[in-house]
Amino acid sequence: MNEVVVAAAIGVLASSGVWLMLRPRTFQVAIGLSLLSYGVNLFIFAAGGLRVGAAPIVAAGAPADPAALADPLPQALVLTAIVIGFATTALFLIVLLAARGLTGTDHVDGQESDA
Amino acid sequence: MNPQAHFVILPIVLPFAAGVMTLLVDERHLAAKAAISVVMTLTLVAAAVMLLRFVDVDGTQVYRVGDWPAPFGIVLVADRLSAALVLLASGLCLACLVFALARWHREGPRFHTLVHFLLMGVNGAFLTGDLFNLFVFFEVLLAASYGLALHGSGPARVRAGLHYIVVNLVASLLFLIGASLMYSATGTLNLADLASRVANMGDGERALVESAAAILGIAFLTKAGLWPLCFWLAPTYASASAPAAALFAILTKVGVYVVLRIWLLLFAAGSVAPAAFGSAWLAVGGMATILFGTIGVIASQNLSRLASYSVLVSSGTLLAVIALQHPMVTSAALYYLVASTLGSAALFLLIELVERGRTAGADVLAVTAEAFAADTLSIEADDGAGVPIPATMALLGLCFVACALMLAGLPPLAGFVAKFALLDALFRTSPIPPFAWTMLVLLLVSGLAVLIGMGRAGMRRFWASPEVAVPRVRVIEMLAVAFLLAACAAITVEAAPVLRYLGEAAQALHAPRGYIDDVLARP
Repeated sequence: MNEVVVAAAIGVLASSGVWLMLRPRTFQVAIGLSLLSYGVNLFIFAAGGLRVGAAPIVAAGAPADPAALADPLPQALVLTAIVIGFATTALFLIVLLAARGLTGTDHVDGQESDA
Repeated sequence: MNPQAHFVILPIVLPFAAGVMTLLVDERHLAAKAAISVVMTLTLVAAAVMLLRFVDVDGTQVYRVGDWPAPFGIVLVADRLSAALVLLASGLCLACLVFALARWHREGPRFHTLVHFLLMGVNGAFLTGDLFNLFVFFEVLLAASYGLALHGSGPARVRAGLHYIVVNLVASLLFLIGASLMYSATGTLNLADLASRVANMGDGERALVESAAAILGIAFLTKAGLWPLCFWLAPTYASASAPAAALFAILTKVGVYVVLRIWLLLFAAGSVAPAAFGSAWLAVGGMATILFGTIGVIASQNLSRLASYSVLVSSGTLLAVIALQHPMVTSAALYYLVASTLGSAALFLLIELVERGRTAGADVLAVTAEAFAADTLSIEADDGAGVPIPATMALLGLCFVACALMLAGLPPLAGFVAKFALLDALFRTSPIPPFAWTMLVLLLVSGLAVLIGMGRAGMRRFWASPEVAVPRVRVIEMLAVAFLLAACAAITVEAAPVLRYLGEAAQALHAPRGYIDDVLARP
């Protein structure tokens, strides 16, 4: 059951992220990128297998039993990915503001399409 | 560990230190920044030369960070290919920095810091032996490249930069998906360990690895500019400032390098699968990229766009020929990689010098007109480093001809040697595959297109416009272009040892067993 919920969450996040990214406004693209990166972060986390109540670290003094432990590597990876994704999204927001200021529109191409 | 072993990490540590040091110096002391920057880059080039010599004499150097053994800790691996590319990147960076000293580094904040972080990312990507570490170095180089693409600002740069950032952020997310899929399928992220585990897998298990590799491939090929993932490239490169665009010439090659490394490591011919996974896609995609680049070169009215499309032509050529998976072809492709990087970087630098004399907006497609209008103002106000040189137009014309010969692949420069070696290697196999004939046509046609495009642009700039004011070119700017062209000449004159070295690099790439054993060996 856990798996279904997590998979559905990743799917919803990723699909709404992709949809927003294909929108013509820069802010929609920014939000789309954020949603997509949340989906990807969850995906990385799930790559180590879903475990309930298992720590990723060996308790001091206790014998190490791999079966009772969660995979620590994806958790380390997802931390790195979150930090990097956060930083690049922040940078994107700055460029978004610069583009708005320089072109006077929030269309991704810097000009309104001739509709 | 003997001191020699530490040379492997120097190409990452030195740019990092230089980046941090230039960040600490205030923007007002630009001379101090420039001094730190140039000294550190010179040191780096020296270190890269030493590394190349160690690797050539003693074989692959493996650096265990924190001395953790291979599959558990992160390793840096310097084999012949990595060492050569690190030297190429460092030399290119030196030329771009020197070029920028004339005026570009004053056009916006923290230019030096961004260049060094870019170089750190590029060198790291060349040296790392770990998939996730590769992602981190990719992000380092991308983050720095976002800053550099916007260097100098202006609407054209911001608009192109916005697209560039979105495309690369999405590619990075795909990279993450691929890497985590690869981890869940194999249980490791170390490239050597990955290769040895994939080689022992059954068909059923390989399906997941192959889908992970395909997703990773999309991320890398976006960087390398494979058609149809390359539409971001021309606007970004054409609107970037000259030193940044010249540095970006190496970025597409990072993508090509990663494809070459990981793909050959995981799916080298002679392992389980008879035909390597995805080679047909790579070949067709590469050919389509050459065609797209060729059409772009012919259609470009603007010199910077022409140069950007010629970058696409070269990366398409590389991707198409490495798909053949033949050591001799790969070795010629590596020579082509070095030659085309130097040639297109020199061209990007030169274009800015040539265009400087023209009135803004003279081009039919004045895509960067706004940017150049802003620049002309600052040239007038500029009384900075160096003195204008005499016979400017003659020298510029000479360099332009040299760049055209390099990129079109005409004798006597390295571009010709590279294309000749490629064709020679393609026709060595018997029976000659239809692929070789198609490549022959594509290579010659794309060379002709570049020649036509460059010839047309050159005539317009140097012969047919008497009203053009002679651009004010500084000695150091000319020095940077001359340095890159001299490097082209050097690899032409010394083609035999360079080809010998790259041939051994290609052999090692096609026999991944050696790489795997070197990395996984117990210390």
